[in-house]
Amino acid sequence: MADMISIRSVSRYYGIYKALDDVSLDIGAGEFFSLLGPSGCGKTTLLRSIAGFDTPTSGDIRIDGQSVIGTPPNRRPTNMVFQNYAIFPHLNVEENVAYGLKRLKLDTAEERRRVGAALEQVRLGALGKRGANELSGGQRQRVALARALVMRPKVLLLDEPLSALDKKLREEMQVELRSLQKAVGITFILVTHDQYEALGLSDRIAVMFGGRIAQVATPKDIYQHPLTREVADFLGGMNFMKARVTGETAGELSVETHRFGNVRVSKPLGFAARDGHATLGIRPERLRVLWDDAEADHSLEGQVVDRHYFGEITHLIVDVPGMEKPLSVSETNNFGADDIPVGAPIRLAYDPDALVALRD
Amino acid sequence: MTALPASTIADPDAPARAHWKDSDEAKGLMLVSPTLLYALALLLLPILIVFAYSFWSQDYLTIDHSFTLDNYRTALGEPIYQDLLWRSLTISLVVSLITVMVSYPIAWFISFHGGVHKSLWLFLITVPCWTSYLLRVMSWKVILGYQGVLNTGLMSTGLIDKPVTSLLYNSNAVVITLVHSWAAFAILPIFVSLEKIDRSLIEAAHDLGDNKIRSFLRVTLPLSLPGVISAFLIVMIPTVGDYVTPKLVGGKDGVMIATAIQAQFGKGANWPLGAALSVTTMVVVSVMAGAVVLALKFFVRRIR
Repeated sequence: MADMISIRSVSRYYGIYKALDDVSLDIGAGEFFSLLGPSGCGKTTLLRSIAGFDTPTSGDIRIDGQSVIGTPPNRRPTNMVFQNYAIFPHLNVEENVAYGLKRLKLDTAEERRRVGAALEQVRLGALGKRGANELSGGQRQRVALARALVMRPKVLLLDEPLSALDKKLREEMQVELRSLQKAVGITFILVTHDQYEALGLSDRIAVMFGGRIAQVATPKDIYQHPLTREVADFLGGMNFMKARVTGETAGELSVETHRFGNVRVSKPLGFAARDGHATLGIRPERLRVLWDDAEADHSLEGQVVDRHYFGEITHLIVDVPGMEKPLSVSETNNFGADDIPVGAPIRLAYDPDALVALRD
Repeated sequence: MTALPASTIADPDAPARAHWKDSDEAKGLMLVSPTLLYALALLLLPILIVFAYSFWSQDYLTIDHSFTLDNYRTALGEPIYQDLLWRSLTISLVVSLITVMVSYPIAWFISFHGGVHKSLWLFLITVPCWTSYLLRVMSWKVILGYQGVLNTGLMSTGLIDKPVTSLLYNSNAVVITLVHSWAAFAILPIFVSLEKIDRSLIEAAHDLGDNKIRSFLRVTLPLSLPGVISAFLIVMIPTVGDYVTPKLVGGKDGVMIATAIQAQFGKGANWPLGAALSVTTMVVVSVMAGAVVLALKFFVRRIR
C-alpha cells in the first residue's frame, strides 16, 4: 500500500507547551486510520496540521508525495468534517453541499448531478431544500460528510464526528461511516477519544498521549498486545501486576508472578526492566469464573468484594490474597454471573498466554 | 395593610373564582405596568400630540382644532421643504453608508484579531462618547476651520499655499462630523454580529476551497448582515433629523430638515406645519429604512 500521508518528525509548540512532540506516521492510501487519545493529547492538532489549519513548528507533512507545509487549507487535497459539523446556517442543504463546487465552475447540470449523488450517498436525497437550522444532529453530520466527499478529496479528515450524537445514532453512523469509506475508497483519518469507535471502525489506530504517539497497530493488535501501560489502560480495562524478571531473551521475558505462576511473555518493543521487575497485565474478560467443580489448568482463588451489573455482562471485583489490587473480572451473564453474591468465594481460570508485559 | 394579602389567600367561599387577575399573565402585566405606562407616556403620547397638531392649523396666536390637510400640502408641495427633505435623506444615507464602511473593518479587526485585548479596544472606541456631543461637533470646527488644524497642517507640509475654504460650512463637513460621531454606534452592533459567527464556519469555507476574500464574501459578510443592518439603521434614522451638526458646521449648504422643523416650532410659530414636517420625515425615514434593509439583503444574496 502506497503511503498517502507521511508525517516526519512533526512538532508543534505553543510557547513551551508541546502539543505535538516529534510525531512520525505513515498512513496508506484507502486506509481507515484513527487517532485515538484523551483530550489534550495532540490528536486534533495533528489532524488540523494535515488539513492546514495549524502549522507545525518543525517537521514535514507530505500528502500523496507532495510536501504541504506552507500550503493553505484551500489548496490541499483534503477535506474535513468538523466536530460541530460547521454547516453554513444561511444556506440550505443543497447549497451547503455545493459550496465547494462553486469554485470549480462546473456547468449547472454537472454540479446538480454531483450534489445529488453526494446527498444520495449519505441518504439525504429528499432533504436538499431543507434549511440548515431544520436538521437533526445525524442529518447535520450527513450534510457535513456529503459536503466534504463531493469535493472528491484524496483524504477525508474527521474531527470527532460522532461525539455529539446519542449512543444509538452513533452506532448507526459508525456502520455507515465504515461502509461509506469502503464505497468511496479514499483515506479516512478519524480523530476520536472513544476506544470502541476506533476499534470498530479503523484499519489501524495510533494511540497518542501528551503529544507523542504511543503505539500504531491494527485494532486487534493494539487491544491484545498494548506496548505500554497507558495504552493498555486507555483501551478498555486491564488488571496490572508487578512481576520479577527471571530471564530475558531478544523477544521474550520469563517472569515470576505472585499468583499467576512463572510465565513467558513476549517482550514489548523498547522494554527495560526496572529493578529487575516488569509490569504485567491481563484483560478482565480473559479471567473466567470456574463454576462448581470445574477444573482448569491454571486457576486462582479469591473472594468477590464488589459487583457491577452492565446488562449483558457483570464486572466482578475479586480480592485474591497476595495481589496488590483486587482483580477486575468481566463475565457474561449467560451462566448467572450476575447472581454471584458479594462476599462469596470464587475460583477463576485464566490462560497464561493472556498475560502481556507492558512498558511503564 | 395586612387585610389585602389575607383576602387574596384565604377565600374558601369562592373556589370557582379563578379570576383572570390571579393568572400569571395578569401578574406579569402588573409587574411591567409601571414601566410600560412610563414608556407609553414618554414615547407614544408626544408622537400622538405631534400627529394631532399636524392636522390642525395656526390661527395667529391660537390653534384652530378643525381638521385640515393644508399642512401636508405645504410640507410636501413647497420646493424648499422638498429640497430640505431630499438633502436630509441624501446626507443621512451617505453618512450611514460611509459610517458602516469605516466601522466594518474596525469591528472585523477587533473581533478577529483583537486577541485578549478585545474589551480594551471596545473601551477605547467609546472614549470619544465621554464628552458632550456638542463638544465633539465643535472640535470639528477647530479641525476643519479656515485657520484650523487641517489647513495649517497641510500648509506647513507645503501641499497647499493658502487655506482651503471648502472644508467647513457645507454638507461635506456635516457628513464628516456625523460619521465621526456615529462610528462607535455602528462598530458595536457589527462587532456583536461578527462575534457570534462560529469560527469553524470560516475554516470550513477555507477547507472547501475558498481563499480569504471569498470566504469573507460568502460566509462572514452574509452572517454579519444583521449587525450591518442595525448599524445602518442606528446611524441613518437619527441623522436624518439631526439638528446640532448642520447648525454648527453645515453653513447654508448643510441645512437639513430638522432646522426647518425647529424654525416652525420657534421663530415661525407655526406648530401645525412643524408637526406635519415631522410626521412626513418620520414616514419617509421609515420607508427608506425598509428599502435599505431589503436592498442589503438582496445585495448579499447576489454574492453567493
